[in-house]
Parts: sequence; structure tokens; C-alpha cells
Amino acid sequence: MSAGGLDDGLRATGRVENALRARRDIGGKCLVVYVTGGLGDDWLETARAVADAGADVVEIGIPFSDPVMDGPTIQAANDAALNSGATPVTILNALRDSDVGVPLVVMTYYNIAFRMGLERFAESLAAAGVSGCILPDLPLEESSAWIEVATDSGVETILLAAPTASDERLQRICERTRGFVYGVGLLGVTGVRAELASSAIEIASRLKPITDVPVLVGVGVGTPGQAVEASQYGDGVVVGSAVVQRMLDQAGPEGVAELVADFRNALDAR
Amino acid sequence: MTLQEPTSEGRFGNFGGRFVPETLMPAVLELESAFREAWADPSFRADLDALLADYAGRPSPMTECHNLSEELGCRLLLKREDLNHTGSHKINNVLGQALLAQRMGKTRLLAETGAGQHGVASATAAALLGMECCVYMGEVDVERQELNVFRMHLLGAEVRTALSGSRTLKDAVNEAMRDWVATVTESHYCLGSVMGPHPYPWMVRTFHEVLGKEARAQSEALLGGPPDVVVACVGGGSNAIGIFSGFADAATELVGVEPAGGAAVGRGLPGVVHGMDSFLMQDEFGQVLEAQSISAGLDYPGVGPEHSHLASIGRARYEAVNDDEVVEAFRMLSRSEGIIPALEPAHALAWVSRERAALAGKSVVVNLSGRGDKDVAQMMDVLG
Ligand SMILES: Cc1ncc(COP(=O)(O)O)c(C=O)c1O
Repeated sequence: MSAGGLDDGLRATGRVENALRARRDIGGKCLVVYVTGGLGDDWLETARAVADAGADVVEIGIPFSDPVMDGPTIQAANDAALNSGATPVTILNALRDSDVGVPLVVMTYYNIAFRMGLERFAESLAAAGVSGCILPDLPLEESSAWIEVATDSGVETILLAAPTASDERLQRICERTRGFVYGVGLLGVTGVRAELASSAIEIASRLKPITDVPVLVGVGVGTPGQAVEASQYGDGVVVGSAVVQRMLDQAGPEGVAELVADFRNALDAR
Repeated sequence: MTLQEPTSEGRFGNFGGRFVPETLMPAVLELESAFREAWADPSFRADLDALLADYAGRPSPMTECHNLSEELGCRLLLKREDLNHTGSHKINNVLGQALLAQRMGKTRLLAETGAGQHGVASATAAALLGMECCVYMGEVDVERQELNVFRMHLLGAEVRTALSGSRTLKDAVNEAMRDWVATVTESHYCLGSVMGPHPYPWMVRTFHEVLGKEARAQSEALLGGPPDVVVACVGGGSNAIGIFSGFADAATELVGVEPAGGAAVGRGLPGVVHGMDSFLMQDEFGQVLEAQSISAGLDYPGVGPEHSHLASIGRARYEAVNDDEVVEAFRMLSRSEGIIPALEPAHALAWVSRERAALAGKSVVVNLSGRGDKDVAQMMDVLG
């Protein structure tokens, strides 16, 4: 039996978790890459290129007007996407009509789901072929209503686990999360930092012993070297701002894929 | 009825909650228990009462407006929060939160501000208690409330300009929350209205109940009972909830006045932003709309959750006035009574002026939440 306890044997795993477990089972480290939906005309090709370059799961951001967990890079990406007319509907429609090649997770803020109606939002994700969802402003205490409808639609809700949480709280988060547990690497918002925060390693080493669910560290993981460092104790990383910055710099799908390949290679070579 | 404590999840009816990033959740829970404990502690209450009296100048008077009453045909009284130290009601909440932050061992006060009144009050309390203070303010507001920016600097606070979105209060709140996520260990987020995640809407209301209690007693003395109508402007809703709290159990009609360009209750739908589920101006996809108001303090697309609740159950009603009506009311009070109001409470006065026929013969208490010094430069442009 795993360290995660009885629960693990009973819970059904979804596509996100299966993909990450598969990577872990062969001794690899997981790479989840965030792409802002609706950013530029080629965001969907970028998502495909990111998958081809070695991401195990691709996170698609549905832009929100007030992204309080995001730093300047993803804020700028959000604004650009919104200004070019991106909506939850245009993004989910585009996803529904394409195959990125790996499981998809949507990351957005709770009001996007709330306004559409939780059930309709969950069904729209499922209909678009999206397997998981991250809502960074929905803490454990407020998550029940959403998790219930998401589960009914077969959508895995990935919960964040922050450095400020007590051990007891981390335990509860690990029990409720599906897909993976998203260890927040630092005290702060998304964005590339010069160095990996010590809290990135700490959160992974606190989470690993209490769960069998894949433990990924994100927020402040901005270079291949930092990714290797951050996955030392955990099962892998989530990379966002570094990739989105490439998109903002108009690197195109190939330019973004090159960076993702660097992350993949660094994680594989470790 | 009296105003209720929210549920353990921080709900007023359907509204409220605590929709914050996981990183902040432990801080929000800790704040709630620290507040409960402090509020039950007579020594905390005594410290706060002493500051409110000897530093902020409470109680604030209630002034009967004889000239304007005659002009409007109702009996108009003003609760004079403009006479508090720092020039608005904001100081009541800030002194409470700053003492609490100190008690919790925090060394840094973090605040958002629109009109600059909450920023000035926060900077003031930080100076008094020897704390560091950082205030976020939208770029548009930095320009139109220049005087308050200078005051904050004088008081030793750092003012950081929010350049995102509409560059007003909404964006200042976003930046303050981002800062808090990064500095939660040492910073207390001194939120300036009855908004945000639980326990803020309830805690901030509690700190402003002092003005409602005073107003109730003053009404008894001046009118022999509660007034027919109580009117207050509503941005996040703190001055309004403060005065409503004193009359919720009376037959008094409670009226909140929003700017036409920021009418969250009037034009909004339930939504979740800044930690709360409440009425919110948003588009069909849930993107928050930018408010538009002459008054920096009311230029906000949301509203505190308890106001959404009071509107839903019909205990208070919410009306909107436009910028022109506000400018007119600003001049009206200045000329008739020799009191220059802030643009925010000028909204409440504008509604009274517009509704004078319906209010004929009634007694009306307006919460004069702040003084107009900060708005004089802006009004020099508007009035030419
Ligand atoms: C004088 C004055 N009144 C009212 C407000 C609006 O805030 P609230 O609705 O919380 O009272 C402000 C905000 O800056 C203010 O300065």
C-alpha cells in the first residue's frame, strides 16, 4: 500500500493522472506546460508543438480580467488574449475541434466557471476533451460544489498546495485533489525568478511522503535547471511564464517547442 | 432585525465566502481567530476606544442642516465622519486593523486605495504604531487624488502605482492581493472596505459599527427617535454598513447610493472576485467590467457581500446617481451649509436632492463619510 493510505486503492484515476503516473512509472519526471488560450492566432498549434516537444500534459489558460495569482507575464498574455476577443467559448470550441495529443487541463479563475454555471462549465470542459481543471482562487474550503459537478463530468480537479499550509491541511488537499497535487513553489504569484526558491524543494518534500498522487511543483520554475532542481523530491514541474514569455515574444510554435524540448531534455538527462 | 454575524463559512445569505489562493487561506483563517479573540478582549477594546476618542476625535457630531432642509423640504442631518482625523470614516477600520495586526506580530501594513482616504488612514496608523506601510493605488487615481498621494508620502508610506486594467481601485486591490501572496508572513492586508474574503466584510463592519451607534443615539437626541431614512454612498460599502448597523432594527428606510458607472447592486450579477461572492459588474463570460465614476472612492465594479444580501432580502435599497448630479450636490452643500463634502458622500446628497419630492417632510440622515479637500483640485478642472 502506498503512503497515501487506503483512499488511493479506491479512487478512480483520470487521464491526467494516468499520463503523469505513466511518466513516473518509467522513472521519468513529469512536465506540465501552460499555454495561454487565445494568445495569438497560433496558440493551438503552439499547444500541439508543446505536446510534441515532450510535455506530458498541456494546461490551457482561459484568460480572466483579474488574475490575482499571476505576475506580469501571464497578466500581459491574459490582456492580449482578451483584447483579441478570446472567450471561454472560443477557446473551448477550438479545443473541441482539435487533438493536442496529450491530456489537457484548463486553468482559469473561478468566476469564469461561476458565470457559465458550474455544471455547464464542467460539461463544456468534458465536451471539449479537457480532462482536468485548475482554479487558483478556489481554496479547499470553497471547492466542494465545484468538485462535485466536475467529478460527475469526469473532470479531474487539481488542487494547489501552498508553503503556508499546515501538514494537516496538506493532507486534506492531497485527499481531495485529482490528476496531481500542484505544489506552489514560492510565496508569490507566477513569474520567472532568477533562482529557485528553497520553498519549492520544501513543498515537494512535504507532499511526497503523504500522497501517492503525482506531486508537481509550479510557480517560479522558469529554467530547465530550476526544473531539475525542483523535481529532485517531487515527480515533476509545471512551467508557465517562461513559455508564455516566448509566446509574447512571437517565437511561434517552433520557438516555444524548442524551449519545452530543453526542459524535457534536462529532466530526462538528470 | 439587527445585522447578523455571517455563517462560519463567511456567508451573508448567499453572498460572501473566501475565494482566495491557497497561499492566503491560512492567513485568512488566522485573521478570523485573531479578530474574534481580540474583540472579546477588554484590553484590546479599551486600546481601540482610546485611540478612537483621543486620536481620531470620536464621537463625530451630527449636524442638522437648517438651510438645506428648508431648500429641500425634508429634515436633513449629517453624520460628520468628515471631521474625523484624516478626514473620513476610514480611520475607524484602520485603527482597529492596525492594532490587530500589531497584536498578531505583523510588521507591515498593506493597503489598496481609491480616493486615497483609506491609504492616508493606513499610512497614519502605521506611522503611529511604528509599522511599515505600502499602499497600492491605480494610476488614474494617483493623478486625480494627488493631494492624498503627497499626504501618504509625508506620513512615511510607500505608494505603488497600479498600472494594470482600468488603473483604478479594482486594480489596486489586485496588486495588493499579489503583494500579500508574496509577503503574507510579515504583512497584514489592511483592506479598506466591507469587501474581500471572510472575515473582512464582517470585521470591517464591526470596526465601523461605532459610527452607527453614535448616529442612533444622536438621532434619538435630535429627533426623538430614529430618522425616516438613512442614506449613504456605496463603493465597497463600509461607511454605509457602519451607519446602517445603527438602524437595522428600526423602521428606518436604508438607502445605499452607487455611482451610475459603478452600480454593482443596480447593474451587477452575482460573481466572484477579490475573494467574495457578491454582485459584480461583469460581461456574459464573467470578465469584470471597468467602473467609471468621477469619484475615485466609488469607482469599483463590485460591492461588499452584506450589501448584496441586504438588497436581496429587501432590507436596504440601492439607487444610482450620475456624475453631473454629484457635482451639483458637491456645490449645493458647500454653498448652503459651508461644508465641502468629499465626492463620495456627495452621491448620497445627490440622491436626496433628486428625490426631494418623495422625501418631503421626512427626517433624513446622510452619512457624510468624508471631507472634500482631496477633491478640490479635481473640481477646479471640472468647474473651470
Ligand atoms: C469619503 C469616502 N467615502 C466613501 C468611500 C467609499 O468606501 P465605502 O463604500 O467602503 O464607504 C471612500 C473611499 O475611498 C471615501 O474616501
